[in-house]
Amino acid sequence: MTSILTNLFDGVAYGMLLFVLACGLAVTLGLMNFVNLAHGAFAMAGGYVCMVLVNRMGWPFFAALPLAFVSAAAIGILLERTLYRHLYTRSHLDQVLFTIGLTFMSVAAVDYIQGSSRVFINLPAALQGQFDLFGVGIGRYRLTIIVICGLLTIGLQMVLAKTRFGSRLRAAVDDPRAASGLGINVPQVFAFTFAFGCGLAGLGGALSAEILGLDPYFPLKFMIYFLIVVTVGGSSSITGPFLASLLLGIGDVAGKYYVPKMGPFVIYTMMIVILIWRPNGLFGRTAAR
Amino acid sequence: MNASSDVGYHAQRQARWHYGEVAFWLIVLACGFAFPTRYLIMTDILRLALFAMSLDLILGYAGIVSLGHAAFFGVGAYAAGLLALHGIVNEPVLALLVAGLAAMVLGFATSFLVIRGVDLTRLMVTLGIALLLEALAERFSGITGGTDGLQGIEMQPIFGQLPFDMFGKTGFFYSLAVLFVLFLLARRLVHSPFGLSLRAIKNNPLRAAAIGIPVNRRLIAIYTLAAFYAGIAGALFTQTTAIASLDVFAFERSADLMLVLVIGGTGYLYGGLIGAVIFRMLQELFSTITPQYWQFWIGLVLVVIVLIGRQRLHRWVLYVPNLIIRQFAGRKAVVAVPESDA
Repeated sequence: MTSILTNLFDGVAYGMLLFVLACGLAVTLGLMNFVNLAHGAFAMAGGYVCMVLVNRMGWPFFAALPLAFVSAAAIGILLERTLYRHLYTRSHLDQVLFTIGLTFMSVAAVDYIQGSSRVFINLPAALQGQFDLFGVGIGRYRLTIIVICGLLTIGLQMVLAKTRFGSRLRAAVDDPRAASGLGINVPQVFAFTFAFGCGLAGLGGALSAEILGLDPYFPLKFMIYFLIVVTVGGSSSITGPFLASLLLGIGDVAGKYYVPKMGPFVIYTMMIVILIWRPNGLFGRTAAR
Repeated sequence: MNASSDVGYHAQRQARWHYGEVAFWLIVLACGFAFPTRYLIMTDILRLALFAMSLDLILGYAGIVSLGHAAFFGVGAYAAGLLALHGIVNEPVLALLVAGLAAMVLGFATSFLVIRGVDLTRLMVTLGIALLLEALAERFSGITGGTDGLQGIEMQPIFGQLPFDMFGKTGFFYSLAVLFVLFLLARRLVHSPFGLSLRAIKNNPLRAAAIGIPVNRRLIAIYTLAAFYAGIAGALFTQTTAIASLDVFAFERSADLMLVLVIGGTGYLYGGLIGAVIFRMLQELFSTITPQYWQFWIGLVLVVIVLIGRQRLHRWVLYVPNLIIRQFAGRKAVVAVPESDA
């Protein structure tokens, strides 16, 4: 019984992490209809920045996290303004080719700079180990992740639903032409959203180094997970991707624990079945327009 | 001249063999005799060319974007490997066909998933199928040899007459023959009414359906055929290298394949063949410069190609040949820019 609860807890932490990693992609892929396969590269960038700051320069972990966000967002906005912008109107094939190219470049570049072995971030002692709560083993680090990601999720939902920027973004996504006719600077809104999504991915990359493992192949290994979250979750709100992340996280952890021999088989089958059953995602209206 | 005979006239003109095409195949054949020390890499190029031609059939002619074409390559590779390893079908050509059919069955089964949904769903489903097969191959390591791959494959002589030699000479001419036969089939097919209807579907599925083309059935047919081609390419891989490992399903293989086709251009069949040559040469060049980081430069090539624009790039490349042809023939350029795609 307790092992079930522990697994559930780990799955929730994993799912929360996936959500923070992938919700930027939910915006670019789901809302802006841009196939960005290089999303994992931004997460990797954040992770490596955090690693360098903590391990090499001795920064405290919690001070390095915001910087992981900022650096990934900065890279994101730089690339958006110089490269991505030109590809919004191109065919999906062009977008796929372009972002695969970027992914390959990021993999080789990080391999060149940091070496190809897996890196670890030195966590503060307060985050290590686990404690028992009514007999359920709770990892401190995982609990931290759940708290951070939970707060982020609530914050995102509030921003989207309550603020002026949130309504601008929703308007720009619903109908870019009408929105720009009403005086909303659509490219600016998209650029800002893109950068913010990249920043979140960077933060997720920094948080996930301990759980998912951080190495130069991170963007390729987890690309499919991000895509699953977005396509299964749909894109009408952030609730869809959030639920999909939790489902994926819990499913993956449980699958690895109870049927280890099946490996990732369960997840892929689930994804294909869901996509066949509902091509626009479980909670979505339309994935692509 | 009425409209339908006009269409027929142009279609037939298009389908005629040009001197350039004959020259192309003669050059390929001549390469086989001119570089006797380079059989291994040339065989590699031929396999890649066949694989790229398979993707061209669905991407260039039917407009289906696939990120998981390696699935069929892998099935063909493992099928050929298992057939040879357990001595089920010893004759290579027959084994090739059986492996191709195995991939074809998978292609037919998955085509129903692929024809549903839009580009994005197709990308995900094709990618998912390839990953699924990779996971399966790893899971059933008793059959596939797991991460070690299939080892100890020994190929029997072709038709019981021509043994595979260690320099790869037989392998090269065998691959060339297979490629040529399959090319002829594909060429016949894309110039047939069937091929024309595929182009109509690619340009506008709704309109194609309105003029009475059974869209889904055509897409299933071409997807299944492309799977057959990819399976044959995979089987050739196993037969000429005598190994089959998990990386036949790898995502990188599908991604590289896209690059091959994009370099060569889609929608005129030669794109895959030309792209394979250029891609392999680029890869050789990059890996001699930086053995470990060649992937970076491959990625850069992709990014640059997309940013410049594929159409423009092909116009630039064809500028000089067209100029020369115009000088001699004194008429409009005969080397056509490949059709726009997807």
